[in-house]
This record gives sequence, C-alpha cells and structure tokens, in this order.
Amino acid sequence: MNATSVESEQQIKVIIDNLKHKPGALLPILHSVQETFEYIPPIAIDLIAKALQQTSAEIHGVISFYRHFHTQKNSTHRVEICRAEACQARGARELEAWAKESLGVDYHQSTSDRNITLDPVYCLGNCSCGPNIRIADDVIARVDPKKFDAIVKGLTTAKVHIQ
Amino acid sequence: MTTTLYLPKDTTTLSLEGERVASSILQLAQQQNKSIELIRNGSRGMFHLEPLLEVATDKGRIAFGPVTPQDVESLFEADFSNAQFGTNSVCEHPLYLGLTEDIPYLKNQQRLSFARAGVIDPTDIDDYIRHRGFVGLNMALSQSAQQIVDEIKDSGLRGRGGAAFPTGIKWQTVLNCPSTQKYIVCNADEGDSGTFADRLLMEADPYSLIEGMTIAALAVGANQGYIYLRSEYPQAKLILEQAIKTAYTKHFLGDNICGTENHFHLEVRLGAGAYICGEETSLLESLEGKRGLVRAKPPLPAIEGLFGQPTVVNNVLSLAAVPHIIADGADVYANYGQGRSKGTLPFQIAGNVNNGGLVELAFGITLRQLLDQYAAGTASGRQMHSIQVGGPLGAYLTPDQWDTALDYEAFAQIGAVLGHGGIVVFDDTVDLSEQARFSMEFCVEESCGKCTPCRIGSVRGTEVIDKIRRKEDLAANFELLDDLCETMTDMSLCAMGGMTPFPVKSAMQAYRATLDEQDIAQQEALEC
Repeated sequence: MNATSVESEQQIKVIIDNLKHKPGALLPILHSVQETFEYIPPIAIDLIAKALQQTSAEIHGVISFYRHFHTQKNSTHRVEICRAEACQARGARELEAWAKESLGVDYHQSTSDRNITLDPVYCLGNCSCGPNIRIADDVIARVDPKKFDAIVKGLTTAKVHIQ
Repeated sequence: MTTTLYLPKDTTTLSLEGERVASSILQLAQQQNKSIELIRNGSRGMFHLEPLLEVATDKGRIAFGPVTPQDVESLFEADFSNAQFGTNSVCEHPLYLGLTEDIPYLKNQQRLSFARAGVIDPTDIDDYIRHRGFVGLNMALSQSAQQIVDEIKDSGLRGRGGAAFPTGIKWQTVLNCPSTQKYIVCNADEGDSGTFADRLLMEADPYSLIEGMTIAALAVGANQGYIYLRSEYPQAKLILEQAIKTAYTKHFLGDNICGTENHFHLEVRLGAGAYICGEETSLLESLEGKRGLVRAKPPLPAIEGLFGQPTVVNNVLSLAAVPHIIADGADVYANYGQGRSKGTLPFQIAGNVNNGGLVELAFGITLRQLLDQYAAGTASGRQMHSIQVGGPLGAYLTPDQWDTALDYEAFAQIGAVLGHGGIVVFDDTVDLSEQARFSMEFCVEESCGKCTPCRIGSVRGTEVIDKIRRKEDLAANFELLDDLCETMTDMSLCAMGGMTPFPVKSAMQAYRATLDEQDIAQQEALEC
C-alpha cells in the first residue's frame, strides 16, 4: 500500500479519531496503524503527535523503544528465530547459524531480493517444542535446518506464508 | 448420532499443523458422511502429545496423539469417531492413548487453576458455567470488600509472576486508598523463556481470568481493568477478546454486573515486544502510552500506579487462582503446598526434554522428582546437565542442587529463584560460559536504559565473559565479573539488572569448576 497518498492519510486520521479518546491511546493507535500498513509511515508520526498534543520526537521515541514497531516497509516476509534459552537447549544456536549462512544475511538484514528479512525474537511461549520460528503471526515448532530450508523454499516460490 | 470431537486451537497445536489436522478431519467426515462436531478446546498442557484429538464417549474422552495431518486418514480407517473405551480396532491404533483423564501425565497432577484447561470450549460461557464458572464471583458479590481481601490473605496466595509478594496484602493496600478511581491490571506480558502457563490459561480458560479480575475489582473498589498482553500472543488475544465480548453480553462485565450496583470494565492492551514491560512499573508506563522505562519505587503502584491512581498489578496465574479460592475457601487452597509457599504452582517443563508441558502441583516436590516423573529424559537422548529455573533471570542449577524442593524459600536459600515456574533443561553439550554470556547479552538487548548498572553493566559483562572465554587473565577477570555482578545486584533499579547476575554467576561458577578440573588434569599430566 502506498502510504504517501491522500487516501492513506485519511485512513490514518480515521484510526486516530477512533482511538484517541482512550486513556493511554498511543500504543493502540500505533498497533492499528501498523496492522493497516505493515509499518508506521512517517506521515502517521506527525498526525499522531498533533492529535495527542505531543511532539513528533516523543512519538518517535516511543516507536523506537518497542521491537514490534517498524518505520520502514518490510521485505515480503519477516522470518523471526527464537533466540531464548528454551529454544537454545533444543538446537536454536545451530538453526540461527544455518539461517544466517543459507540466507546470506545477519539479523536485522534482508536478502538482496527483499524477499526475506531475518530477525531475532526472544521467546514465543512454545518452549517445549523448540526451536521455534515465526513468520507473520504463525509460530512454527521443531524447526531444524532441513525444515527451515523447506519453509524458506515455500516462501521463495509461493510467496505465501505457510503453516 | 453426532460424535463430539475435541482438537485444541492453542498456539502449540497451531504450530504443529493443528489447522491442517482440523481441516482433514472435517473433510474426511464429510466425504464419509460421518456426523461429527469438532470443538476447538484449549490444550491440556501435554505438549508432547499435541495435536491431541479427543473423542467424547460414555466413559469419558478417549485421546489420540500426537496427530499429524498424515495420520487423519488412518484414524478414520480405524473408525475412531465411533470409539468406545476398550474397543479393539481403535485400541490398536498407534496413536491411541486411552481415556484422557487416565494419562499419568495428567492424572497425577493437582489441577486447581488449570482444572478446566482443555476440558471446556474456551469461549463458550455456558460451558464455563457448567464447570463451576462464576461460582466465586457470585459469592464475592454477596461479600464485603474486606471479606474478599481477608479470604485471599488467608489462602496464602503469593504473586505468581515471580516476585511472590503476598497478593492479599497488595489488595489491602489498594483497598485502603481513598481514591475513587482504581485499576486492576493483569500482567500478561509473559516474556520469560521456558514459560507458557499464562498463554495456556488465556487460550484454554479465559473466563477464569476475567472472573478473577472482576473479583479483584470488587475487593479493592476498582471499576476499570486492563490485560496487558504481549504482542507475541495473537491467538490469546483473539480468544480473550471473544470471551470479554461474551462476558459483556451476559452482564458479567460492564455496568451493573449480574444485576448488582457494581461496575467493571475490561480491555485487552497489547505490548510491543519489550521484555522489560513485564516489570510492573515499566508495564504501567507502557499502558500510559510511553516508553517502557522503569519507575523508581516508592511510590508503590498499589498507591500511585496507573495514571497516578491506586492499582493492583497481578500476574495472570495469581488472578486465575482467585475464583477457586473464593469458591472453595481459603483453607482448601492453603492446604496445598508447604511452609510459606501455599497452594499450587503450574510448573512448565521446557527445553531439552521428551515430555514438555504444564504440570500443576502443590509446592514442595523436588526438581529431580518433578523431572523424573514427567520429563521422560532429554529429547537428545543425552545426559541432563544443567537446569535453568525461573526464566532468563533465574539461576542455572547443577545436579547437586536438583534435590531442592520447589518452594520459594528453599530456592532462595540456594541463591536461586522459582520465578514464574519455568524449567529449562539442558543436556551435556551445553557450554555454560556461552549461556552466561547470553544472559548478559539479553540484558543488553532488553534493558530499558534508565539505570547505569543495568545499561552499562550488561555491556561490560559480555566483554569480561568474552575475555574469560578466551582464557585471558582468568583470576583477575573472574574477580572483575564478581564485582560487576555485585554492583548490578545492589544498584539496579529493578530485577532486570538486579537479577541478571543469578544466571551469570551460577553458570560461571559451574564453568569455573570445569576449568579447575582441566587445570588439575593438565598439571597431573605434566607430573607424569
């Protein structure tokens, strides 16, 4: 979606108007904006600041504090690998090494075709079934390098997220 | 006749192709003209058996698991949906587990808070009511606020989030505040690695949390509540929001609860991937729409909490224990457990084990007994080597410490914490110096940055551990690490920096012992 158009500005204003009456409205607004656009467009920051009578710097400060919020448009797929201890105990260190090597990227980087971004995540609450990864909202359990390759292949060819 | 089937819709089941299992079942049933009703329940917490498919029969539910999409056809061939207990063709199916309630993993537990988990349809309020739902709330509605608080005090319930502060005393503090605006905040920011009890409860039995929060509101005179849920739990959000909507429709939430003069409004608020927001003051900042910076205490949140008003901040499990305590009496709850650790704790067995899952038991069983009885060894087939109990801020325990009773005081005595009940097992391939480094690295990643010992100490910590791992100037660097840990413990504003030394020191102590062994071995080799 093109977030610079007049239409998206209008959408952002509707989101803000629907939520700004709530006590502590900022996080609900940011969640709603990101849900709509998959990231938080720069124009949203100014609009939110104005509506909540805060400075754009304050809004930016909140966005940058939380790992969940992004101010840049994603690659097609965000692949997150759980780095926490319970997954480590089941082979997550080997998995992350393999993922970095096979995709040719480090954490917080995207593949050159902008198809996949690799990110770390710290615990998905599925700690008996690790190593876990997440693609969009889908948690996938017991991922070894072989399964990882199959999943990535699915993302590359089909460009839909798989269960 | 329509057969009722159950297949969970919790995150674990979904992560193991649960949706494909469900759709295969529906598709084959239609093709074969079988009349079935597929209820999507919560998980029973036996994750090694998920997806766990159950068939309702006269004698109780019969279970099959773990079911993969490829297994569904063979289940239909065995005519599983007409299963009766003891019928041969079904019993011979390799996934047949017998009556669910008789599976030892489940049968030997003492489930109070999780009694309904996996039994009921999570969002069906009538199902909840049929299973003693809202009994506690109805009793609380006829009691005075002080009576409710006294009951919670008498039960000995302590904060299940990890800090183990007596819940009743917290509630009393809020009740005593004269303010007209008070809040109940549920801490559902379950970020500790190795823990999933909050998620399981919210996905399996959301009304028990809603009921617990409503009782808390009656006890302290609050009319607004928030569930601060981590954004990593979208499935829990979906289920909670459905349940809250139904509770409003049926007048268990909103104005004039159950036709009384009491009002309580409840909303789910999402976190945004910051571990520190599980710390209660950081959580409150986040709820107010700010960066999750930790506040200095005092003032206590119970006196000046959300938006400066008196606020109860309780973990999911503390609040979910409340309906049972009110319904069955404080003494029934207090009869479980030992010493000052009363009631039950849902232990979460995770990491390198065969049978991981949720085990609710009274406090007092030892760590070794718990793992012997439930874990069924490591998934890798190797020796268990060390166990991290209590999340990323909990100590690594070596075999000589595994006979410690799982009880808040017993753990404190050995310099460890029980925390939220997460137990992460590592096998003998673990490099504890690497784990210690990770604990520091995690603190670097998740520190809110407000206080120096945590923000800078963690960075210096990774550097010192790196030097030790490179065997540089060992004695001096071990001493430096000890100093650093002492500073972090004593000077940090909250548990993030204050408790990171627990895993670091315990892991490095065990690592150092292996170094000493190597040194001795080298010396012996030289002498020969």
